[in-house]
Amino acid sequence: MRPGKDGDAASALDEIDFGADHFTLFGLAPFFRVDLPALDKRFRELLARVHPDRFTQAGASERRASLQWATRINEAYQTLKIPLSRARYLLDRAGRGVDQDNNTVMPPEFLMEQMEWREAVAEARAAREAAELEQLHYRVKQRMNKGYDQLAELLDDRRDYAAAAERVRRLMFLEKLLFEIDDAMAALET
Amino acid sequence: MAYSEKVLDHYENPRNAGSFGKDEEGVATGMVGAPACGDVMKLQIKVGKDGVIEDARFKTYGCGSAIASSSLVTEWVKGKTLDQALEIKNSQIAEELALPPVKIHCSILAEDAIRAAVADYWKKQGGG
Repeated sequence: MRPGKDGDAASALDEIDFGADHFTLFGLAPFFRVDLPALDKRFRELLARVHPDRFTQAGASERRASLQWATRINEAYQTLKIPLSRARYLLDRAGRGVDQDNNTVMPPEFLMEQMEWREAVAEARAAREAAELEQLHYRVKQRMNKGYDQLAELLDDRRDYAAAAERVRRLMFLEKLLFEIDDAMAALET
Repeated sequence: MAYSEKVLDHYENPRNAGSFGKDEEGVATGMVGAPACGDVMKLQIKVGKDGVIEDARFKTYGCGSAIASSSLVTEWVKGKTLDQALEIKNSQIAEELALPPVKIHCSILAEDAIRAAVADYWKKQGGG
């Protein structure tokens, strides 16, 4: 539903193509290597245009619509801002899923390493070793950054979507691991 | 979302948790992981000379349903031949534990762990 053209706010909304995909919405090229400052800037501009304060004189349906648009802009922003969800969005866009539910057979060495890392986190948490947890956090973060570099190459340069999906699946494990490390660190602080 | 009583029972009293010694004879290991939730599951089987699974161990990092699914599977595979163990289906695991739809992937993970362990055993027997 497009807004009517009877008010300034509504016509401001008319200029935004809400049917567009996330990259087009923010006027960005569909690459993993995204211009983050430009994304932030465009996000703030778009949010300002649909802000509910601009619709105080508008009808109920337009006010409701402005809220829906704000939600849509926020979702699109979060998707593009977070590297892993940006990669998954690019894969979806290319018609390639990550097959996250059925693909359980990861390389054994990778899973073994994941297992060892989880054990290390559990032990450090039990022994209340904050320094060890910080070290683990640093190492996992480094590994993730390396993974993002590889994703940029696979998605933007080589368009090797199968290999990119494999990278994404690995990074999903690392993301969970990082979450558990942070959770353990938070638990030690209380 | 509340866990079923059976899930809670396995979660609080896991059966056959742990690992076999590295050099124990007839031991095979299945490692699987679910990217969706980041769960990692290790299932070990100890197979006797007669081809029957004598014992099993598991180690799972994941939610209560994943732990319960792997704990249950270690009980189920014991006393079964490898072919019989492969007949265990995720739907049976899900039904036994009354898993809600969003946790079905935990039972799939456990079924895949059996397959991976049996495949590892055959690979080792094949001599490589």
